[in-house]
Amino acid sequence: MNPVRRQRLFLVLFVVAFSSIAVLLMTYALRENINLFYPPSKIVSGDAPIDRTIRAGGCVIIGTVVRSTESLDMSFGITDGVANMRVNFTGILPNLFAEGEAVVVNGKLDNTGQFNATEVLAKHDENYMPPEVAEAMKQTGSELKYQATCEV
Amino acid sequence: MIPELGHIALIIAFILFGLLSVVPIYGTYSKSTLLMASSRSLATGGFVFIFLSFLCLTWAFVQDDFTVKYVANHSNSLLPEYYKVSAVWGGHEGSLLLWALILAGWAFAVSLFSRQLPLDMVALVLAVMGMVGVGFVSFMLFTSNPFDRLLPLSPTDGADLNPLLQDVGLIFHPPLLYMGYVGLSVAFAFAIAALISGRLDSAWARWSRPWTTVAWAFLTAGIALGSWWAYYELGWGGWWFWDPVENASLMPWLVSTALIHSLAVTEKRGVFKSWTILLAIFAFSLSLLGTFLVRSGVLNSVHAFASDPERGFFILLFLLAVVGGSLTLYAFRAPVVKSVTIFQWLSRETFLLVNNIFLVVMMFTVLLGTLYPLFADALGLGKLSVGPPYFNFFFVPFMGILCLFMAVGPLSLWKKTNLSRLWQALKHPLTLSLVTAIGFPAIYGGLNDESYSFAAAITVFVASWIIYVTAFDMATKAGKSNSLWQGLSKFSRSYYGMVCAHFGIAVMVLGTCLNTIYSDQRDLRMVTGERLQLGRYEYHFVDVRTVQGPNYSAERGRIEIFSNGKKISDLEPEKRRYFSTNDILTEAAIDSNFWGDRYVALGEFLGKTAAGTDAWAIRIHDKPFVNWIWMGAFMMALGGFIAVSDKRYRLKKKVDKKLATRVNANAVVVE
Repeated sequence: MNPVRRQRLFLVLFVVAFSSIAVLLMTYALRENINLFYPPSKIVSGDAPIDRTIRAGGCVIIGTVVRSTESLDMSFGITDGVANMRVNFTGILPNLFAEGEAVVVNGKLDNTGQFNATEVLAKHDENYMPPEVAEAMKQTGSELKYQATCEV
Repeated sequence: MIPELGHIALIIAFILFGLLSVVPIYGTYSKSTLLMASSRSLATGGFVFIFLSFLCLTWAFVQDDFTVKYVANHSNSLLPEYYKVSAVWGGHEGSLLLWALILAGWAFAVSLFSRQLPLDMVALVLAVMGMVGVGFVSFMLFTSNPFDRLLPLSPTDGADLNPLLQDVGLIFHPPLLYMGYVGLSVAFAFAIAALISGRLDSAWARWSRPWTTVAWAFLTAGIALGSWWAYYELGWGGWWFWDPVENASLMPWLVSTALIHSLAVTEKRGVFKSWTILLAIFAFSLSLLGTFLVRSGVLNSVHAFASDPERGFFILLFLLAVVGGSLTLYAFRAPVVKSVTIFQWLSRETFLLVNNIFLVVMMFTVLLGTLYPLFADALGLGKLSVGPPYFNFFFVPFMGILCLFMAVGPLSLWKKTNLSRLWQALKHPLTLSLVTAIGFPAIYGGLNDESYSFAAAITVFVASWIIYVTAFDMATKAGKSNSLWQGLSKFSRSYYGMVCAHFGIAVMVLGTCLNTIYSDQRDLRMVTGERLQLGRYEYHFVDVRTVQGPNYSAERGRIEIFSNGKKISDLEPEKRRYFSTNDILTEAAIDSNFWGDRYVALGEFLGKTAAGTDAWAIRIHDKPFVNWIWMGAFMMALGGFIAVSDKRYRLKKKVDKKLATRVNANAVVVE
């Protein structure tokens, strides 16, 4: 084989081997780090995995925000119009977090059914509903009930 | 009246770009010098009219012309003058106009600084840029015209600019970033011109190198500025979130970094030719993809101005046309530009190849992580998001290994490097880096009561490896001259640019990793008057008062920081409420010096305590080395500009012409 071709062959083999390793690693890492979205009704009915990072979202039920007087521990209820659940969180809430508005939370469900959020994301302008939440509403057909509880 | 003039100027620019994308190409086929030369005038005309149009829109903003819909939606009479100007690109339509202005500016620059290029090359390059221009201006004219009026029911005052964007960061971040994004269109145009003409040699690489490097430097600066803006303006204290919008800017950066390196090989050794072309196509396609992701509203963030499916569809079509068209051309024409040189495994070519493979693989991991949620959604696999650990899992180790290779690349030789010679050059730097790496965490930890961190040791090893290897290599090369000074002055500007950029990477590695390792970040509940010792500093939360700004009212806290009983700074973080939109915004207060930042932000008011004091949620971060991140990025950008000032890009007029005619003959033979 002439040297130019041989070099090209090695090059191609190297690139193929390297990229297959990369693809394998990518699939693995992706599988470990995907956070699926679950609406409160799915979480309450026990469809969501325990001790894995998941996303949940809905509207913050009015009058459910409870704060500790000692630390930044707090909890609030969210609903998708079908079921309600509580979310525990420690830290500073985003500026646009408010009762009666939509939120998305990242966190884990522990085996006692408590949802501990590590991150709370609120909408970033007045007329925004997170697409996940909007979709979940449509599927359960609970838009009207959601509006009744949330958009007062 | 003025907005209508702006609209007409935009239409004229559209026509000129349309002519620019057709006439010069026809000129190259019919060998008409006049038609080819028209590309320069058409590009100039396009620039002038887009600029006029841009001025008209700026006029409308400064004059508070709220009959213009875009102005009404993005400005307010209370907005300070300078934000009225920067609000021009604070929304979807205006940022597109800025995009088009910068594109026209680049085309104009190509027409000005291309005297040494053969005319047919200029004609092709400008024609390709004209096509991109047609795409963007028609996008504006048909789906997002910034000059639309709100008549007869125009509001008396505007809805105001998103408060997050009322910041110096916004004045500079979009223009710089767009300079980078759109600058890649020049590299893309050169690549397409090379494919069409079949001319891809070292002269071609030398023409397109400075343009690519400048675009890359702007992109680097733009991304860094965006990250800095997010750091102090979003009030979360982070500087990179692996947010899809950040990823959208990182992907073209990774590919253009690969491109400037592969262009070096193409210029010096005539290899990697078709690969270089492919990278140029990818780099620009990714910046279009970024625009699509950000502008179509498939992603939600502060950047996603408009969620209009029609617009998203248009950009998607445009993206498909660009990617599909250029890849088809590539498939047919790539064999024409194949390279024939051979090199040994231990050579600079191989190091640069490793650089390219790593950067492209990193780009693919980011691409997959960014697009996967969109695909999953489209395929009905459910709504999901990909977390930062995924990105860090790849990015950090890959970047680390890349840095190890990066140091060695510049001191290896083209074609073939002797292993023992390489070892001679590397053994002292290796020892020194090991000593520094092992020593640093012990000393730093000892001074600041931190336990020994192996991650910090690895970080310091990688960074000092880059610095020592490069410095030793410089010293060796300069040592061959009579005096060190004489030796140093012999290096070319492009060599200094490379050194500056590589040192920038080292500084950035130190900044990102050491900041992550040594940061002390706490969210606390504090009551007024409370004193608290956290890590190295003591914080005294004095009080919170209400103050009035030009278009907002704010609650301003006061926090004093003490180090060993001595007051070192007085910070005043704010929580602002903007009148027009009722948006609440956190304005963090930062005490910054070379070694790091003390970062304080106000959270929400938690009520009064029994003792009558106020309780607040407060974010207190001690962030050592954080400024090194942006300092490193600035050094990288600066390195790019230094490299471009190299005289070999300017003085080779005669040689280039000779080369060009020679290659021209070759091209004819191939056809």
